[in-house]
Amino acid sequence: MMNKSSLIYRSRRFMGGFGVNLFLLIVTAACIFPLLWMFGSSLKTQTTVFSDMSVIPKELHWENYYHAWTEGNFGTYFLNSVIYTISVVIGIVLVSSLAAYAFSRLQFPGRNFFFYMFLAAMMIPLPGAFVPLYVLMEKIGLRNTPHGYVLCLINVGLSLSIFLLKTFFDKMPKDLEDAARIDGCSKLGIWWNVALPLARPALAVIVIFNSLNVWNEYILALILFDEAKYMPLQVGLSTFHGEFVTQYHLLMSGITITIIPIILVYIFMQKHIVKGLTAGAVVG
Amino acid sequence: MRTKSSVKSTLENYLFILPAVAIFAIFYIYPFYETFNLGLRAWDGVSPVKEFVGLSNFKELFLYDQFWWPSMWHAGYITLIALTLQNALALSLALACDRAIRLGKFYRLVFFIPPVLSEVVVGLVWKWIFEPNYGLLNHWLVVLGLDQLVRSWLSSPQTALTCVAIIHSWKGFGWGFIILLAGLQTIDRQLYEAARVDGANSWQRFWHVTIPLMIPVFVLVSILTILGTMQAFVLVLTMTGGSPSLGCSVPVTRILGSMRASLRFGYACAQGIIFGIILLIVSFIQIRVSRKMKQA
Repeated sequence: MMNKSSLIYRSRRFMGGFGVNLFLLIVTAACIFPLLWMFGSSLKTQTTVFSDMSVIPKELHWENYYHAWTEGNFGTYFLNSVIYTISVVIGIVLVSSLAAYAFSRLQFPGRNFFFYMFLAAMMIPLPGAFVPLYVLMEKIGLRNTPHGYVLCLINVGLSLSIFLLKTFFDKMPKDLEDAARIDGCSKLGIWWNVALPLARPALAVIVIFNSLNVWNEYILALILFDEAKYMPLQVGLSTFHGEFVTQYHLLMSGITITIIPIILVYIFMQKHIVKGLTAGAVVG
Repeated sequence: MRTKSSVKSTLENYLFILPAVAIFAIFYIYPFYETFNLGLRAWDGVSPVKEFVGLSNFKELFLYDQFWWPSMWHAGYITLIALTLQNALALSLALACDRAIRLGKFYRLVFFIPPVLSEVVVGLVWKWIFEPNYGLLNHWLVVLGLDQLVRSWLSSPQTALTCVAIIHSWKGFGWGFIILLAGLQTIDRQLYEAARVDGANSWQRFWHVTIPLMIPVFVLVSILTILGTMQAFVLVLTMTGGSPSLGCSVPVTRILGSMRASLRFGYACAQGIIFGIILLIVSFIQIRVSRKMKQA
C-alpha cells in the first residue's frame, strides 16, 4: 500500500519534471530558432532563399556577407555604429563619473537639487522627445552630423549612469581618497587616480549597458541623418529593407553582422547586462 | 583668505557637475521647454514664422483627430497582451527555474537573448518569417495541411496587430523572467518548509506563500510593462509601417507621422504632451494601487 502510493508520487513527480523540462525546451527553441532561420537564410542565394525551406542550406554562400558588407553598405554602417558606440560610452563614463563623484563626495550649494533634477528626468516620460531634439539640432547646425548624434545619446544615458555611480561611490570607503588628499593629490587627481579605478564594477555595468543601448538606437539616427555615410546599422537595415525588398538573403546577412557583436558581448558579459537592465528598470 | 579659498573650492566642485548639467540643460531641459512652446504653435519645421495658435492643437487632438484615439487603443491592445501572455509566460518560466532545475543558468542565458536584440532586428527577422508568399510560417501551415490558415499575416487588419503584439511579447518575456526570478529567489526557503510541515500542498504553498510575497515584484513588472509597451513603436514601424488602415498605428508612430509626413511640428508636440500626461496618470494610479495593496 505504502509502496504503491510512493510509486504514484514518484511517477507524478517524474512526469511533472518532464513536463517542466519540455516546456522550458520549447521556449528555448522558440527563442533560438528565429535566429537560426535568419542565419540559414543569410547563406542562401537570391533564388534559394525563396525556395529552399531547409534551415541550413546544402550550399553555403558565405560570399553574401562580402556583398552585404560592400554593396549593401553594411561595412560603412558597421564602422559608424562602432564609432558612435565607443564615443558615446567614453563620453558617458567621463561626464557621469565626474558628476556622480561630486554628488557623493564634494560639498556645494544646490547639490541635492541638481541630483534630484537628474533623477526626475528618469521618472518623467517624454514621448516624442525626438521632435524638439530635431528642431534643436537643426537650430544649432548639428543635425546630420556625427557629433550632434553622439551628444544627444550621451544625454540619453546620463541620468541612469549618474545614479548608479553615485550609489556606488556612497558605499565606497573613503580611506584611500583621504590618504591621497593628505599626499597632496588634487580633487581631479583623486577622481581619476583613486575613485574611478575603485568604481570598476559599476563602470562595467554602465559601459556594457550603454553600449547595448547605443548599438540598438534607431529613432534619433533615423531623424537626424540624411546621408547614408553617417548612418548606423539599425537605420542601415531599415533603409536596405526599404530599397531592396526582395534581397532577403543580403538583408539577413546584414542582420547577422548587426547582432554578432551583441551576442558575443552578451555571452561574455551577461552578468553586467542583467544588472544594468534590472537597475534601469527599478529606477525608471 | 580662508573664505576666498573656500569660495574657490566650491567653484571647483561645480566644475565637476558642469559638463553633465550643460548637456542635460541643452538636450533635456531645452527640448522639454520647446515641446510646450511648439505645442501652442502651428509650424511646418522650415518657415521662419511659428504662428501662435493657443490651444487649437489640443482641441483638434481631442475633437477632430480620427486616428489618435484608435492608435491609443492599439497600443493598449499590445500592452494588454504583454501584461497577460508575456508576464504569464515569464512567471511560469521563473517558477520552473526557481526550483533549482538543472541547466537553470543555461535557460537564463537563452531567454535573455531576445531582449538584447534591437526592435529593428527582431521586426525584420519576424517579418521574413511572416512573409506571405515565401515565409516560413505559411510554408509550415501548408506542410501541416492547414492551408485554410495561410494568409498575409502582416498586411491584413485582422491579424497584423496581434502578430506585432505576440512578437513584442517574444522580445520582452525574458526581461520579466529575470526580474521575477530575482524576486522568487529572495523568498526565504524556510517559509516553504514551514508551510509543508503544516500540511500545505504545492498549490497552497504557491497561493499562500509565493503570491503574497511576490506582489511588490508583480506591481513593479506590470508598471514597467505598461510604460514600456505603450511607448514602444519601432517594432510596429518595422513590421507594418505603423499604418492606421492596418490598425497598426500607435501614439508614437502618429507623432512621428505628424512630424515627418504632415510636417506639423506643433501638432506633433501637442500629441507628445497629451501622451506624456496620460502615461504619468497611469503610473501614478499604479503606484497608488500598489501602496493600497501593501497596506492591506
